[in-house]
Amino acid sequence: MTVGLIHYIVVAAVLFTLGVLGIFLNRKNLIVILMAIELILLAVNINLVAFAASLQDLVGQVFAMFVLTVAAGESAIGLAIMVIYFRGRGTIAVDDVNRMKG
Amino acid sequence: MITLVVFLPLLAALVAGLGNRAIGNAPAKVVTTAALFGSALLSWAIFLPFLGGETQPYVAPVFEWIHSGDMAVAWGLKVDALTAVMLVVITSVSALVHLYSWGYMAEDPDQPRFFAYLSLFTFAMLMLVTSDNLVQMFFGWEGVGLASYLLIGFWFRKPSANAAAIKAFVVNRVGDLGFMLGIFGTYLVFDTVSIPAILAAAPNMAGSTIGFLGGRFDTMTVLCLLLFVGAMGKSAQLGLHTWLPDAMEGPTPVSALIHAATMVTAGVFMICRLSPMFEASPVALHVVMGIGAATCLFAATCGLVQTDIKRVIAYSTCSQLGYMFFAAGVGAYGAAMFHLFTHAFFKALLFLGAGSVIHAMHHEQDMRYYGGLRRSIPVTFWAMMMGTLAITGVGLPAVFGNPLGIGFAGFHSKDAIIEASWAAGQQGTWFIGVLVAALTSFYSWRLMFLTFWGTPRWAASEHIQHSLHDGHGHDDHGHHGVHDDGHPDEAHGNPTKAEDSGDAPSVHSPSQQDLPAGTGGYHPHESPGPMLVPLIVLSLGAIAAGFVFHGFFIEPDAGEHFWRGSIAFREHLMHEMHGVPTLIKLSATIAMLLGLWGAWFTYIRSPGFPAAVAEQFRIGYRFLLHKWYFDELYDLLFVRPAFAIGRLLWHRGDEKTIDRFGPNGSAFLVQVGSRAAGRLQTGYLYTYAFVMLIGLTAAVTWAIAG
Repeated sequence: MTVGLIHYIVVAAVLFTLGVLGIFLNRKNLIVILMAIELILLAVNINLVAFAASLQDLVGQVFAMFVLTVAAGESAIGLAIMVIYFRGRGTIAVDDVNRMKG
Repeated sequence: MITLVVFLPLLAALVAGLGNRAIGNAPAKVVTTAALFGSALLSWAIFLPFLGGETQPYVAPVFEWIHSGDMAVAWGLKVDALTAVMLVVITSVSALVHLYSWGYMAEDPDQPRFFAYLSLFTFAMLMLVTSDNLVQMFFGWEGVGLASYLLIGFWFRKPSANAAAIKAFVVNRVGDLGFMLGIFGTYLVFDTVSIPAILAAAPNMAGSTIGFLGGRFDTMTVLCLLLFVGAMGKSAQLGLHTWLPDAMEGPTPVSALIHAATMVTAGVFMICRLSPMFEASPVALHVVMGIGAATCLFAATCGLVQTDIKRVIAYSTCSQLGYMFFAAGVGAYGAAMFHLFTHAFFKALLFLGAGSVIHAMHHEQDMRYYGGLRRSIPVTFWAMMMGTLAITGVGLPAVFGNPLGIGFAGFHSKDAIIEASWAAGQQGTWFIGVLVAALTSFYSWRLMFLTFWGTPRWAASEHIQHSLHDGHGHDDHGHHGVHDDGHPDEAHGNPTKAEDSGDAPSVHSPSQQDLPAGTGGYHPHESPGPMLVPLIVLSLGAIAAGFVFHGFFIEPDAGEHFWRGSIAFREHLMHEMHGVPTLIKLSATIAMLLGLWGAWFTYIRSPGFPAAVAEQFRIGYRFLLHKWYFDELYDLLFVRPAFAIGRLLWHRGDEKTIDRFGPNGSAFLVQVGSRAAGRLQTGYLYTYAFVMLIGLTAAVTWAIAG
């Protein structure tokens, strides 16, 4: 069995779904949310690279590189926010992050 | 000059009313009283030339008021003989009452307000009598109603005074509705509200018909009856009389000015002013006569058993107004105006005298606690005596060779009315008139005997005891709310005092044995000078007003010359008055003597007699004591259903319908909605993310599917 485009897409979709569920179902830790976001971005990257290979177009791979750098920046900022937040409230449990409650 | 007469009181009222506490008691009193005396002097200056018969009636325009389409209403001050008579009555009595109030209200904390109201009332009354058109008359009519309301409720901390004021206002509204409909109807028929124009056109309208309430009726009858309803309200005629006795809750000078001398006579004045209209409708005149006679009899019978000195006089007023109305009803407008004129003097005198007695007796108003006051307050006694002689009609009739009747004021005017009713062929009315003359004499002398004769019965009075404990002669009007706790419900048409005593007439009836006799150590004091001067002046009026003026008011030739068409003067009837049989001429005097003898026998000779009579005719006695059950009847017919309807509309209509679906409902919706919207904002990150996802999915789906 050859590994075709469809398999990459399925893996990416599974990863994406895992990431989304990680955001929604996670009740524990903000770090897990950051990790879930990484998962989603990586799923997108797999899609981009897979289509780039399939379509013989390098733009997709270049775009994936950009996404990787942005994702690195994003996690850095996210972690920094989290540290500040922890200093302020002494917890990063998701259920306690509800100050925007109406 | 007439402008000054009318507007001086207004000016004084504004100064005293707006200045109020800022200018203090003395300036307010001085300004209002001075303005009123000025006004009174000018009024006499206007009136006296009319006696000479040289003055022409005139109208002094003030300015235009309403000009809308065909309707033109101007403020104008009309002066003719009729107005001149009213002017002197109003301003003279008002000026004297102002002066009297210096003494009577001396310890009241709100004097500027009181004097401002009095002056305001005088202005409104003057506006009423000088009006040249019906709309301006209505303005004055409502103005006096307002002033009356304010003054009855002057002691507004007293619940009974408030209730009485509201009652007076509401009952008057019923009459005013009739008056307003009358004005509308008059405008509809005559196309003008100008009184001279209406009166000129009225005779031509006799016999025409008008559609009203779905039927065809005689135009003039409908209009006159509607206007008469207004007069009934203001003049407390049978049916709409219930407010007048309760109005006695106001200060006594107010009772004298408004509820005896001036405002209540506005109805009589209006009928005389519009007499050519009434002449065009014999039916309306008959109704006026009937209501007048019925009121006359009704009020006199009620007056027989009342124990509150002011209420006796109030019923007496009501009864005398009945005389005036039936005089107008038989066509003797001159006699009606004459009685109005003399009545103003002697009734104001009686009221002010009663005020002086009340003042001396430390605000005790119940005659059962008086007695033997003749020596303690001699000036008041003699003034009241003059008033009583005048109201009972003491005099020598013009019979048995006596060329000219001579007597006190009431003798001339009342006898004229009684003779006129016989001359007009109304024997039934004549009989009622004579009967009431006897009753008048009885209750007036009863008042005198109970108050001034006999032994003192002061000790039992709560007010007297109160004063003894407080120290002598310390009158404090501020106490009123506390003082009068004994009968706070009277104005509700449910007189508790009468209720109690009705069950045990022997306790109630004014026989000396039942109450502890004696002075209780109390010494009544004569009133101060400002109160005595008006009494003396009015006494002179009560003695002389009838004799001096009767020629102008009711003599055929002089009367025609004097009135000059300002009222429908039936010269013919006035001639016939002189031709009535000797017995008829004597009848009123005989009735008066009978009443005097009855009162003397009952209250001096055998003091136990009234109690026995009350015991014997318990039902009749209670019937009279409850004032023919009018208040109870109205309570049942109007007050309670009105309350029930009000309560129904309030609870069912307002609370459960309008409020529920209106403001309360929408407020409730907003509250629920906002709570739901608030609940959406959980504050949890994942909820927001989830919503974003749903939105995104929806958008993508729409983009793809679209």
